[in-house]
Amino acid sequence: MTVPGLDGEGPWRVLAPRTLATLLRTYGRDQFEVCEDAVQDALLEAHVHWTKAPPDDPQGWLTVTARRRYVDRVRSDRRRRDREGRVALLEAPLSHEGVQSDDALLLLQLCCHPALARSAQVALTLRAVAGLSTAQIANAYQLPEATIAQRITRAKRRLAEVGSGFTRPGDVAERLAPVLDVLYVMFTEAHHTTSGAPAHDTDLAGEAIHLARLLREAAPDSTEVAGLLALTLLTEARHPARVGAQGQLVPLDEQDRSRWDRSAVDEGLALLDAVVPGADPGPYLLQACIAGVHAHAPDTDATDWDEIHALYTVLEHTTDGRNPTITLNRIVAASMVRGLEAALCDLDDLEAHHPRLARVDAVRAHLLERAGRTDEAATSYRRAIAATVNVAEQRHLRDRLRALGQGRGHQGDGS
Amino acid sequence: MKYLILMHVDPTVLENLTEEQQQAIGDGHTQFMATTKENGEFIATQALGDPSRSKVVRSNGDQPEVTDGPFVEAKEFMGGFYLLDVEDEARAIELATLIPDARIPGLALEIRPVVFSDLGDG
Repeated sequence: MTVPGLDGEGPWRVLAPRTLATLLRTYGRDQFEVCEDAVQDALLEAHVHWTKAPPDDPQGWLTVTARRRYVDRVRSDRRRRDREGRVALLEAPLSHEGVQSDDALLLLQLCCHPALARSAQVALTLRAVAGLSTAQIANAYQLPEATIAQRITRAKRRLAEVGSGFTRPGDVAERLAPVLDVLYVMFTEAHHTTSGAPAHDTDLAGEAIHLARLLREAAPDSTEVAGLLALTLLTEARHPARVGAQGQLVPLDEQDRSRWDRSAVDEGLALLDAVVPGADPGPYLLQACIAGVHAHAPDTDATDWDEIHALYTVLEHTTDGRNPTITLNRIVAASMVRGLEAALCDLDDLEAHHPRLARVDAVRAHLLERAGRTDEAATSYRRAIAATVNVAEQRHLRDRLRALGQGRGHQGDGS
Repeated sequence: MKYLILMHVDPTVLENLTEEQQQAIGDGHTQFMATTKENGEFIATQALGDPSRSKVVRSNGDQPEVTDGPFVEAKEFMGGFYLLDVEDEARAIELATLIPDARIPGLALEIRPVVFSDLGDG
């Protein structure tokens, strides 16, 4: 990955989304594509000019330049010149006070428009809100730049087609749900790349956390936003212990917790302390609480599994049992509280309702191994290896399968 | 999520296609590429040469050994592939049914998830 960390990023991350927001507020509906292109033009110019003569007011410089490029683009468009160019030229420039903290929220909501496919929402968010270049997004997702460019172009055109306005939503909480989902997809993609080699991509995880922070500034009263931020911080904190020396996955119960990022843990726990008392528990806040219980424990044995089991049970109710992955995690917690056999029964029950659920076989293999049912565990490991589409996870499962076989003098290895 | 759509080809089926059918297949693939590119789902496609031109490298138990292919006596062989990036498996299947081969008896499309990829500089 070639993208520098947040600190070394320069001012672009903050300036670009604000500039785009200002242009959208000025020129309004259906202008997303032209405005975004104008901001990109202005960023290119800034790259050239600022090394020679840094401006006193970078935001002002960028906004003025972007507005000029917008007018250029509108002017050069024959069909629109008369109608929109005049409006654009006559429009009085906005003062900087127009740039408000909830710009990030508005941009996010626009990029997460329901008319767009999830992959398009994510790509557009990374570009327009996080200020990543097409090449950086392509790099993060291991896709050719052309594919990402097409996706973004198409998404911008689609936004123009549906005529989405850059208007303030009536109910912030209601429109927040898809935004949180997109950020969560971005984050989990980083931790669990569905189709790539690395089990973790620092840049995507960093972006998701960065955007969750922006969102928290924009919507400080939302406990779900706080929950998502805490969840991402507490999960990201485990990263140094999560990948071994050879790039293999280290499961939670084998992680060296002294290697967890203490400052991220502390920030996540502090967020929970500030938000949880009296909060209406939404799915992200509940998941953050679960991560919080793990963060408090020195190891697996000392973990408060009763609490985790209870939290998963509430989470299952909150989401009406629609998310089988939550049920799966509840069953894992149940195995620590109610015993292996009960958990295995629950697992059969879950699989009967969701026959193609990923990870069921991996969980079953672990439970069977703990129960000492080695042959059955080996069968489940083999099925789990066939079902997973993550190379690092496949390797982890193969290692476990091999370890099973070695413990029994290679008898179980039927491959 | 990346998926590879493998085009399974049977040479005898291809030989017996009419001129119009061949034209329709060509047009259908052109259309398919245009659609998936427009959607930002297209990554790459390659068509492969006849299996009679294959060479096989495999261990003879000691050293790598080069022989003429194909691997097995198969009536069908891989004629080419599409590499796509789509939301989920359902979308990959939906797209595969749009490929003209899906309407020719004797040809088939296989859909498999990609677990690792390095596309170089794209």
